[in-house]
Amino acid sequence: MKIAIASGKGGTGKTTLATNLAGYLAEKSRVVLVDLDVEEPNSGLFIKGEQIHFEVKYKMIPEWKQADCSLTPAVQGDLISGQIPGSGSSHICGLCQEVCNFHAVLQLGDQILVFPELCHGCYACSELCPTNALPMIPRRMGELRQWRIGSLDFVESKLDIGQEHAVPLISETNSYVEEHFPDETIKLFDSPPGTACPVIEAVKDVDFVILVTEPTPFGLHDLRLAVDAVRTLNRQFGVVINRHGIGNDEVVDYCHRESIPVLALIPNDRRIAEMYSRGELVYHQFPEVRQQLEEIMNDVPGKLQDKAV
Amino acid sequence: MKEIVVISGKGGTGKTSITASFALLAGEEIVVADCDVDAADMHLLLHPDFAKAEDFYSGEISRIDQDSCTRCGKCADACRFDAIPVIDGQYIVQPLNCEGCGYCARVCPEDAIINLAQHVGEWYISSTRAGNTMVHARLGIGAENSGKLVARVKSESLRIAEETGRELIVVDGSPGIGCPVVSSLSGASLVVLVTEPTVSGLHDLKRVYQLVKKFDLKAGCIINKQDLNPQVTLEIEEFLKQEGIAHIAGLPYDETFTRAITQGQTIVEFDTGELKNLLVESWEKVKQLTISD
Repeated sequence: MKIAIASGKGGTGKTTLATNLAGYLAEKSRVVLVDLDVEEPNSGLFIKGEQIHFEVKYKMIPEWKQADCSLTPAVQGDLISGQIPGSGSSHICGLCQEVCNFHAVLQLGDQILVFPELCHGCYACSELCPTNALPMIPRRMGELRQWRIGSLDFVESKLDIGQEHAVPLISETNSYVEEHFPDETIKLFDSPPGTACPVIEAVKDVDFVILVTEPTPFGLHDLRLAVDAVRTLNRQFGVVINRHGIGNDEVVDYCHRESIPVLALIPNDRRIAEMYSRGELVYHQFPEVRQQLEEIMNDVPGKLQDKAV
Repeated sequence: MKEIVVISGKGGTGKTSITASFALLAGEEIVVADCDVDAADMHLLLHPDFAKAEDFYSGEISRIDQDSCTRCGKCADACRFDAIPVIDGQYIVQPLNCEGCGYCARVCPEDAIINLAQHVGEWYISSTRAGNTMVHARLGIGAENSGKLVARVKSESLRIAEETGRELIVVDGSPGIGCPVVSSLSGASLVVLVTEPTVSGLHDLKRVYQLVKKFDLKAGCIINKQDLNPQVTLEIEEFLKQEGIAHIAGLPYDETFTRAITQGQTIVEFDTGELKNLLVESWEKVKQLTISD
């Protein structure tokens, strides 16, 4: 079972729910918690275990080989004399610049410049180059780590500072989890905030999405966006309201109107905020939180079965 | 022309409430730009009039003309984003997966694939009840190019500020460290970092500050909810000292933030006591820091 914990608005308690739910479920089952908020991963501050794996993650980007490029006079000679057969290219090429929709490849005179931070890794320039002068090479984008504590595994990826695109790292992290954990393991994904491309990448293949919100106009506004997103993706979902008791009833009313299941209400309590501030899990000490986690898990498998039927 | 960019790394630290309070205090003096385009909330406090709306197109999305398609599958082979599955015998581009690279169209032997400009959102120019001109936006679901929409909101703000002779632009930035944040930060005269004394708050502050440092920008910090965890507050203050970041203010853990939001008001309207005073002082400090070199 794959469950994503997401939210439109940041700071609504997504990480609190993900880490506490992971700890709670690991009391009885094998669980892996995956932090896909690769720009600002926080779950690892709450789950302490033994690190059992580390790897650097790479994305593929083109690298210009001047010696093979048709802009280089020697290669032009070979092209004209037919020594590079079937290329069909005129000797002044620049096709790589032309095919790049992201302006990541630029021709300046007889030089080609590649801007890795603009590259989306589509391979068009590399594979369409008539002289194979732009091979794809790996470039560092971040780090992946795995920890283990009892029956809970925790996988976290962290984007390098200065890398602008989170999606490739999220996708690599999903593949890692897919390869290393069997289907029976419960998989929880702490997703990035918002509704843009990183969230879509994080939730598009899960069985169920838990949207965490708070009962305020900000919470409601961003929840509506998140609901639009999960509906577009055709995912099963439900809502958890954090800091229940503060704000107003509009989120609950909205969920009722839209027939969205409210899975749990986590109370507004300064002591919970204080424990969170220290990096502690709260469900051990707050029976009412544990009970809410229980209710979520009573609800979610049922919802999945409904769909199967 | 000076730009003040408010960011937080972590969400939920009070960034938008604080930025909206600054906007209210500054009134006609400033142009406000909501660059948190992915989850824009500032309009819920400033109630702009959405006077001018414009569509925003950025990037492309591919579409296959099924009448000319011969089902050769070359497009699907070329696509690195698994965006062209076969559905009921037809190759169909999935808009949410399509990156808009256009590679498929280039390899299609039948020229059956066209690239369409992608509508990724709208942006607006408004007046607020505080007398600000506000530039804001809404990004479509799952859209790419949020960085470009941020850049557009910023360039419009700059144009308006120049035309109307305003000296300051206040920008509500986006969370994280990715493309929209990088776009938000460009051209900033002062970066205001809003944080909270939680292990996550400190962790995210340090990460986002590395980005600020990379661009060599001047920074100040507001520690919100500072009494929530005095120990972490000390650690944050130590970090600010080490890095030479101006400590603008410490604000108390106060549910007034939430109550003001619930009323659709900024804190400086809703509260008339100590919290308001702290925000008035913060805004004065932010202005001084921005102007001083």
